[in-house]
Amino acid sequence: MTDVLTPVLTDNWGTERSWTLAAYEDQGGYAGLRKALELAPVDVVEVVKASNLRGRGGAGFPTGMKWGFIPQDNPNPKYLVVNADESEPGTCKDIPLMMASPHTLVEGVIISSYAIRANTAFIYVRGEVLHVVRRLQRAVQEAYLAGHLGKDIHGSGYDLDLIVHVGAGAYICGEETALLDSLEGRRGQPRLRPPFPAVAGLYASPTVINNVESIASVPSILDRGAEWFSAMGTEKSKGFGIFSLSGHVTNPGQFEAPLGITLRKLIELAGGMRDGHELKFWTPGGSSTPILTAEHLDIPLDFEGVASVGSMLGTRALQIFDETTCVVRAVLRWTEFYKHESCGKCTPCREGTWWLAQTLARLEQGNGSEADLDLLLDQCDNILGRSFCALGDGATSPISSSIAHFREEYLAHLTHGGCPFDRTASTIFPKVEAHA
Amino acid sequence: MSPDSGAGRIPGIDDGTNAPGVSTTQIARDTPLDPTTYAELEEIAARYPQARSGLLPMLHLVQSVEGRVTARGIEACAAILGISSAEASGVATFYTMYKRRPVGDYHVGVCTNTLCAIMGGDLVFERLKDHLDIGNDETTDDGKVTLEHLECNAACDYAPVMMVNWEFMDNMTPESATQLVDDLRGGVEVHSTRGPRLCTWREAERVLAGFPDDLADEGPSAGPASLVGLNIARDQGWAAPSVDEAEEGAQEADAAEGSTTADKAEGSHEAERDEADAEVDRSEAEAKHKDNPDNTGGDDK
Repeated sequence: MTDVLTPVLTDNWGTERSWTLAAYEDQGGYAGLRKALELAPVDVVEVVKASNLRGRGGAGFPTGMKWGFIPQDNPNPKYLVVNADESEPGTCKDIPLMMASPHTLVEGVIISSYAIRANTAFIYVRGEVLHVVRRLQRAVQEAYLAGHLGKDIHGSGYDLDLIVHVGAGAYICGEETALLDSLEGRRGQPRLRPPFPAVAGLYASPTVINNVESIASVPSILDRGAEWFSAMGTEKSKGFGIFSLSGHVTNPGQFEAPLGITLRKLIELAGGMRDGHELKFWTPGGSSTPILTAEHLDIPLDFEGVASVGSMLGTRALQIFDETTCVVRAVLRWTEFYKHESCGKCTPCREGTWWLAQTLARLEQGNGSEADLDLLLDQCDNILGRSFCALGDGATSPISSSIAHFREEYLAHLTHGGCPFDRTASTIFPKVEAHA
Repeated sequence: MSPDSGAGRIPGIDDGTNAPGVSTTQIARDTPLDPTTYAELEEIAARYPQARSGLLPMLHLVQSVEGRVTARGIEACAAILGISSAEASGVATFYTMYKRRPVGDYHVGVCTNTLCAIMGGDLVFERLKDHLDIGNDETTDDGKVTLEHLECNAACDYAPVMMVNWEFMDNMTPESATQLVDDLRGGVEVHSTRGPRLCTWREAERVLAGFPDDLADEGPSAGPASLVGLNIARDQGWAAPSVDEAEEGAQEADAAEGSTTADKAEGSHEAERDEADAEVDRSEAEAKHKDNPDNTGGDDK
């Protein structure tokens, strides 16, 4: 029986100067790389396929299969691009990983690039995390000096250059094709698919784009084996993942566990809900995943379990809200976010997110009517599935799910003539406020 | 970000509202950037297989030298990359971190996305606007502090979160926030809660442009919230299975279900792959669940 928590990626986060090459190698770092370089690239792909690792950025696509799509007979260079643009509201796992252990990612990049025969790789990191950028820059520099990067890595004849590329503040660049446009020095707007990036990605060349946590999981798989990895998790969701609890729990934080753990267990580990309060609603994987309630405390947090109740595992960004939180206010704020971040390329998303925000704001102020709820759902229907990328879809998730679970609370805004909640009650410093 | 978005516009370029003293064309276009900066811009472009990929870090460098994105900065980038100024400007106006109005020594951001807002970020932001007597995206008269509300900055377990020059300031309150900006304006040395002493915004922009500043070794590995799960695991003696334990577990599972893979090398890749194929075959059953919201998924899990 596997333990409740299984620190692998987080295992060295408490180590003195964990971000340095010396500390990382002291704990066995770069052993996975040495094993990988003894294999043919195609066999590295097979190991990752056999592990059943699925993408940790939200979609859950099998990582090894993605690598297998790279056409090796294509004459263009191949590229690996790491999506380190972590911006989905609630998501906060990749940033602490890169801060505490950038070499886990760098080692993963080298192995993964070797597997797909890329000689240039990029880490596209959001710009708003200065110290993470520093740690990545330093780790890459150390890796070059140690011969893990550069020409003829450890005598294998394999060459790899790794570039840390810093973004400039745009949620949409977490969408993989928008990320590619941004990395090419353009406005970050999604591309129509096909062609898929595996065939025509960066510079119209075969490109693999993977999330930080996916790539960071690769060294342990190469070091300890596919069977080891798939011994954890559930039938179709193998391995471990970082679960990020935030909000109204006693001890918010990061919990690395086999996929399939329940929110009930995680809240217990986080010391329970904050004193005297109870769970009202939560997101399983960021704001783009439909919200759930206390009746979903016992679903297994794996890809299938969360899908079975009409939501998505997403990035395991578990934002926990108690009964002091107004769901309409929460949803309005997310909606304003999507409106701000819509890149403007597709009309349903560009115009629709503005309509959603206006309609919701009117309801939140108590000025709308019950018919506005149907109007909202109709607007959602006109956005969902009608744009190039999933940003517009994500914008509809909190709205349609909150109306399904909390219709009465929307109506209460109308009868109350505004928000019936005390805004200070939901803060973590209501007492301080009272004294101020 | 949306081209017709009031909130998403890069202020000072499209709207011209309360831009304090500097218009986008005020710096004479005929005064070029200094040669050192121009050479560094070229150096950035040369890092990439295709030079244009350097545009985002190049604009960060322009900001570090100019204090904002200037017309001559745009023109230098465009000249180096062989694109038009309009193309370069079109990129600069898309991204929130690029500023067309001068930014103070300290860019102070307050997360007001849902989780931080509800945990107190809204109150922090309102208190700071009052305290500094400026609005969103405005700078104090002394040129020290530019205040801006932010979207999620990936530190939700430390909510409410602020960023100063893109360094984490965790677990803020209205009181700690006003103290922070007072210290910044008063020249008191301030440290990030998970990083080094704060540098200026321009210095930060230089690091983002890919010119490291040697502060990587300052600050902790992780903040306390990042370690909550790890510490519990250590206390409980919980860990990922060893390679041997994982192998034994796989054998037991095979034995328990009288597995069809038993005749293959136990736990082999081949066996694993067959199981994976079988899972794909079975996956049609899952699709049914999607269309049946009444199925809570508890049946064959």
